Amino acid sequence: MSDPTPVLECEGLHISYFTRAGEIPAVIDFNLKVMPGEAVGIVGESGCGKSTVALAIMQYMGKNGRIMKGQIRFKGRDMTTMSQEELRHLRGSQIAMVYQEPMASLNPAMKIGRQLIEVPLYHEPGCSEAQAYERAVQMLADVRLPDPKRIMESFPHQISGGQQQRVVIAMALLSHPALLLLDEPTTALDVTVEAGIVQLIKEISAKFGTSMIYISHNLGLILETCDRITVMYSGEAVEVGKVEDVFDRMRHPYTRGLFNSIPLPGADKHARPLVPIRGQLPLPHQRPKGCYFGPRCDYFQAGRCDAAPVPMLSVPEHQGHDSRCLRIDEIDWGAKVAAVTTADKAEFGPTVLRVENLKKYYDIHDTSLMAMIKGQRVRTVKANEKLDFSAREAETVAIVGESGCGKSTFAKVLLGLETATEGRAVLDNQDLGHTPVQQRHPQVVSHLQMVFQNPFDTLNPSHSVGGQIARVIRKFGVENDPDKIKERVMQLLDIVKLPRDFYFRRPRQLSGGQKQRVGIARAFAGNPRVVVADEPVSALDVSVQAAVTQLLMEIQRENRTTLLFISHDLSLVRYLADRVVVMYLGTIAEQGTTEEVFAPPYHPYTEALLSAVPIADTSVTKKHIVLEGDIPSAVNPPPGCPFQTRCPRKLGPICEQQEPPIRRFGDGHEIACHIAPDDLLQMEPVIVLADDQASPSSAA
Amino acid sequence: MSTAVATAAPPRTPLLQRLSQPRPLILLLLLMWLPLMAQVMAGNYLGPLRNIIMLPGIPAAVILYVLAFRAWRESWVATLGLTLVFFWILVALSAPFLPLLDPNKPIAPFTLPFTEKRDVFFWLGTDLKGRDMLARTLWGCQRVLVWGVTATAVAYVVGTLFGLLAGYLSGWWDEIISFVANVFLSFPVMVLFIVILNYLGPSGFNIVIAVTFASAPAIMRIVRGLTLDIKTRDYVFAAQTRGESPLYIMLVELLPNARGPIIVDACLRLGYTTVAITTLTFLGLGLQPPDPDWGLMIKEAAKTAMLFKFSYMLIIPALSVSSLILGFNLMADGLREMSLRD
Amino acid sequence: MLGLILRRLVQMALIMVVASFILFVIFDTPAFKKKIAIAELGGFAVSALSEEDYQNWLEQKGLNVPFFQRYANWIGNITTGDFGKSFEKNTAVGPLLLDRLKNTGILAFWVFALMIPISLVLGVLAGMKEGSAQDRTISFISVFTTSIPEIATAIILTVIFALGLGWLPAKSAMTQGFDWRQLVLPVLTLVTYDFGYVARMTRASMAEVMTSQYIRTAVLKGIPYRQVIMKHALRNALIAPFTVIVLQLNWLLSGVVVVEVFFQYDGFGKLLLEAALFGDVYVVQAATLVAVIVAVLSQIISDIGYTLLNPRIRFS
Repeated sequence: MSDPTPVLECEGLHISYFTRAGEIPAVIDFNLKVMPGEAVGIVGESGCGKSTVALAIMQYMGKNGRIMKGQIRFKGRDMTTMSQEELRHLRGSQIAMVYQEPMASLNPAMKIGRQLIEVPLYHEPGCSEAQAYERAVQMLADVRLPDPKRIMESFPHQISGGQQQRVVIAMALLSHPALLLLDEPTTALDVTVEAGIVQLIKEISAKFGTSMIYISHNLGLILETCDRITVMYSGEAVEVGKVEDVFDRMRHPYTRGLFNSIPLPGADKHARPLVPIRGQLPLPHQRPKGCYFGPRCDYFQAGRCDAAPVPMLSVPEHQGHDSRCLRIDEIDWGAKVAAVTTADKAEFGPTVLRVENLKKYYDIHDTSLMAMIKGQRVRTVKANEKLDFSAREAETVAIVGESGCGKSTFAKVLLGLETATEGRAVLDNQDLGHTPVQQRHPQVVSHLQMVFQNPFDTLNPSHSVGGQIARVIRKFGVENDPDKIKERVMQLLDIVKLPRDFYFRRPRQLSGGQKQRVGIARAFAGNPRVVVADEPVSALDVSVQAAVTQLLMEIQRENRTTLLFISHDLSLVRYLADRVVVMYLGTIAEQGTTEEVFAPPYHPYTEALLSAVPIADTSVTKKHIVLEGDIPSAVNPPPGCPFQTRCPRKLGPICEQQEPPIRRFGDGHEIACHIAPDDLLQMEPVIVLADDQASPSSAA
Repeated sequence: MSTAVATAAPPRTPLLQRLSQPRPLILLLLLMWLPLMAQVMAGNYLGPLRNIIMLPGIPAAVILYVLAFRAWRESWVATLGLTLVFFWILVALSAPFLPLLDPNKPIAPFTLPFTEKRDVFFWLGTDLKGRDMLARTLWGCQRVLVWGVTATAVAYVVGTLFGLLAGYLSGWWDEIISFVANVFLSFPVMVLFIVILNYLGPSGFNIVIAVTFASAPAIMRIVRGLTLDIKTRDYVFAAQTRGESPLYIMLVELLPNARGPIIVDACLRLGYTTVAITTLTFLGLGLQPPDPDWGLMIKEAAKTAMLFKFSYMLIIPALSVSSLILGFNLMADGLREMSLRD
Repeated sequence: MLGLILRRLVQMALIMVVASFILFVIFDTPAFKKKIAIAELGGFAVSALSEEDYQNWLEQKGLNVPFFQRYANWIGNITTGDFGKSFEKNTAVGPLLLDRLKNTGILAFWVFALMIPISLVLGVLAGMKEGSAQDRTISFISVFTTSIPEIATAIILTVIFALGLGWLPAKSAMTQGFDWRQLVLPVLTLVTYDFGYVARMTRASMAEVMTSQYIRTAVLKGIPYRQVIMKHALRNALIAPFTVIVLQLNWLLSGVVVVEVFFQYDGFGKLLLEAALFGDVYVVQAATLVAVIVAVLSQIISDIGYTLLNPRIRFS
């Protein structure tokens, strides 16, 4: 840190996109300073301009984007005035970038080796092909890829997503850049794979001393990787400072709102619910006058906050901590936020849904010549293996797992789009597992409904919002009279807190959160007994997530509905679930009440999963477990315990040969593992809160 | 509660916008199209009525043109195409009311354009039999328009139906439908036309059948591809989980969302069909004399008028048919461009 | 991958069988059989042919045996090169067809030789800079030329170059032996109509590749723009046009009919049309079968080529 010139400095940066609608300012008055060896995080919700900043630094704006004002200085030289040739010499050699989707960022028709070798060949004139090859192999080993030579000869589609991202990182590091830009590098990956990449990124900064700009929507990841942080909102940086300052002594209402809307280990759905930020992100051409956050801010003062653009102000007594808020000195930053609603714990009713020894196997027909020769034409995918659990009235059961764990297949079986191979699934004494949806009694169908993951897919873009909800009401025979149906739709819109004139809107006129609300209204239109929610908020922004989650829980409580909440987000699950089922490769690894699953004894997979989830709380200390390798394919699951290939607590041959026994602890807490119960009980907790009472907003 | 329902009525909209709703649009289209169809397909049975029924079609066509022009005004390519197509539609509708000579009456053979003969001024000259080229060119768009659009529409109904079935039901449905489509697709289009029309004999209705056999397999493939994509969407999944029938899902959930690419392809295919009809007529397998048609005009002139002086007899119908096809293609291009932009 | 190709080959063979069967059924109808009988027995009207003569003829030709046996006989004859006899031209269909196919082959060769480079270069130039003036000009020209049907192109070219300027002959009958000048107008007509389609496909493919993330990666790796195009973009962008070009063979068999008829070029298409109008059943049947064979073969080549060019299919 002795070098006084920053590696990168953005000063008064204004970036606009030019569309048919005219000029749209995407980034406004943006300042950033990155010192050598420093890691700076940029955090914000979608549309806040964080990726635009990254592409502007690379001077790659597309034909619509333009830097209107300001400078980007790399080691003191202004990049905005450089020629294409000068830029080319910087790109890939001095500044390198890692992208969100590794598969799409690699050329599908070129061997990975070729793509790597190019970097030194074009940037170092004296470099021979053989030298470049050596360096590429070495770098692949440095990013901890097994068998680098084989990978050099592979095409991108032949390796897994995690490996692809390691290749992209290796490509970025090949010429030892001074600055590395990481644009959501782990968003497309599973949590346990993400943990490995984050670990690698941390190692890089230690080993090569590379400066980094880490762009993410996930505050937890920024905490794990960065020294300083910039929080962006609607094209502006609203708060800048050291990570500890911004996390523990935040001085902007938006930052505070963000922290209040993410489920941290301290949050609790009964006593301390999430507090969503009200309103919506303004569209770029509808930004309010003055403070852009004004209309959503609890501390808004008319005539002052909406008078003129708010400048960046330094926070008194904090070093290098700035905030774009006029009322830094007036707001009581330590005050507890009043919860929107608090609710008593619901009393669970009788068992509604029971799943016993459920299996779902698929046959896939392999038509390759090799398979024909070997006589293995048909291979069986064990999507679900021996699922056993139940859910009671008004209970929230979370099903947790990463991709390929079989949770979506399980949902399909329950909803009757697939039939089970073996075992039973029963809803109020009505068979589900072997009855496809067309053969089910209409009442059974209406009793089991679903909320979907992707807000952009959940509604039919060709029909009006009201028409789609009305169809459900008519289909399930809740009402038959057209006026009554319409009235019922209006009531449902009220329940999901949408204006009544949304009845006539088309889905494309709605934001992601609003569409998800309509999806919830549709699921509850037939007065269901059980609602399956498949990652209902994972595609939404943090502040919207909180609001939709709250809404879902409110309606559930009101109707005493059973909620099957499928998710990969352990923080959210911990917050809202009553019981948790952890799945890995089609089997249940562990199940129990939320308290039981989140405390020792753990299944080794649960333990690793808990450790992998990034937590945006400085007071939390986590045990560090990084799993090796990737999730095996369900087509070819490992013998014995499915987790044995990655298990850090593997006992030995027994794990490979025998299916693990189910260890029972207390009432309903079950762990499928070979490790002796006594040893499991010896485990230490993964997440420890420094002060059990501390919540982030009161830590200052 | 009922008052609240009443207040949430759809907001008032200006007239043109209200006409752009699906129902008025379909009404206008029928109003424009049915008289043309009646005139061409059943003109002989209508007697004196045949011209009067065209009257309501003219304002309908003008309104449709204005509506489409407004909707597509951001793409000059699409509006240019639209203008070309509607020019010919309006000509087809208003041909009986224009001050034209009888297109089938021989007057003065081989009269050059812009000359006067027998006290008649011929803007575009006359053909080898002495019939007025201007009248024949303007009247000539009727048959190709009507048969082209009808044939394409029938091919679309058949192709879309099978495409939905193959794409949504998959399995054996898909295997069988796709195989049959592949058999027809392995015939070069013109060869298929020649075989079918040779078998059935040349006539407008047989052209519809031939176009259906030639185009429906390709349409089926496109719709099947779209269906395979759309059926993975969550809203289809939602419809399945509430126990909707496959027919409902195909027609209500899938088809409306496939309409964008289908409309673009339909415009292109209208162009292909127009080419096919003109070419088949030129080859002697399509529309038959004596009523005027561009393909027939070319066929007759190609035998006798191979001199530069008389090349107008070939050039005029060739340019006319090209302008109509260009209109369809530009419309397709503009629509595709607009759909990619949003 | 080998399995994939095998599967396609089996599928194609099946298509051939079904297609030939359909052809056989169509031309096996009594109406057509009667037509053949009349032509062979010298009469020109149905009334001139007595029922007895007709039955005798059927027996003599082996046409009264059961349906499937006739189909087998027909296929058997074809495999030995016997396509029957043309009664219009009074020669065996096999050699006649071969001769005409050779002429069409010459035409097709020159069409492809001109069309491929023109359309690929224009397509790549347009797709490289999507939305630029260069792109819009090329795109408009290609829409324009594909909108003019072959018959109209043929007329316009003939009027300008043959009737107007007198540079080239208006007809291409080649009665005085092969003359390259007579080939120019038919080739130009087909190229003008077709290059636009391939160019537009190439443009779309290139434009899609240019907006892909891996091109961004390549640019941000600091690779010179020209190398990005040559090494990263072209390889991916030309996969789709390759298949389109091979499939144009199928289209060409359609296009040649009208062009050959208009220019009176003695090729496959003119033969097919004349036979169809004259009722020369064996010729129509044989020509159609050959057309289907060519079309199916081009599909196989296109499929295999696509598989080989695309590593994502090749190695999975």
